[in-house]
Amino acid sequence: MSASSPVTFTWAGFYDGLRLVLPLLPSFAPFGMVVGVLSAGEGLSLLEAGLMSAMVFAGTSQLVALGAWGSPVPILAVTLAVFVINMRMAPMSAALAPWFNGLRGWRLWASLFTVTDHSFALSVNEMRRGKRDAALLLGLGVPSWLSWVAMVCLGHVLAGVVTLRPGHPLLFAGLATMCALLVTLWRGRGDILPWGVAGAAGLTVQAVGLGQPWPVLAGALIGSAAGAWRDRSRA
Amino acid sequence: MSLRPDVLLAFFCMALATYAARAGGYAVLRLWRPPRFVEAMLTHMPGCIFVSFILPSVAAGGPWHVLAASVAVVMMVFTRMLTASLLAGVAALWIMLG
Repeated sequence: MSASSPVTFTWAGFYDGLRLVLPLLPSFAPFGMVVGVLSAGEGLSLLEAGLMSAMVFAGTSQLVALGAWGSPVPILAVTLAVFVINMRMAPMSAALAPWFNGLRGWRLWASLFTVTDHSFALSVNEMRRGKRDAALLLGLGVPSWLSWVAMVCLGHVLAGVVTLRPGHPLLFAGLATMCALLVTLWRGRGDILPWGVAGAAGLTVQAVGLGQPWPVLAGALIGSAAGAWRDRSRA
Repeated sequence: MSLRPDVLLAFFCMALATYAARAGGYAVLRLWRPPRFVEAMLTHMPGCIFVSFILPSVAAGGPWHVLAASVAVVMMVFTRMLTASLLAGVAALWIMLG
């Protein structure tokens, strides 16, 4: 990563982000609708379901929080669950640091809000290609955020009409998207060791009975440490 | 269209926790200059996060999910078309689950 050229923030970068993310948006529709259906099932109003999605903007954690919902709301329990599930985003924003370093004020705060699984994969690829326009993050994030809120609301409205149960093949769209994005992150044979170690660590942690985010946190740390250790012994 | 105070408070706490997780990784780097080993780790982080998120989730779904995920990966390797690849993965799972 070249730290030489300065980070920019232009409309051109924003449009690049739009172009990258628009074809992906339909793949998140089923997931958003399930969160909407479940929130209706937990007695949330349409306004509440939309507000939750606009404020939290992290699907898996919203799903888990709704699973722990009740009346009165167990605030501490759902907050902790959401934090733990979303801890995987911390290493993502760390890896995007070269871009964030060039931003100040609202641009930085807003761009940090856009970090999600898919926008991370897309933006880190552009960063590795030498792009220095950090407005790309908002170009990815704004349409993702709008469509996420819209799909959750649609699911809430259609609750009772559609039956998109957990386990439906359409819900695989999210994971299938991540599989395809993973391919774009491949840089060559040097990735075999860290990726292999990361996968093995994730599977091991899950096998001893720990659910997300523990497999991904263990895999990310141990896998990238293996890669860094290998790089150092080569140099 | 109700908006109950305890629900709103829960949303605020959830939003704060999520933003802390999002911004936290970068905030730590801003305050503390990491050693070279950690910088090298960060270059490997993106792929490792995805692999260790996908593999356990897919494995938990059973052999059909593993096969469908492989279809999406192979399709992406050969076509480089994101939408076609994810559709292929979903279609494969749908067919296999009957």
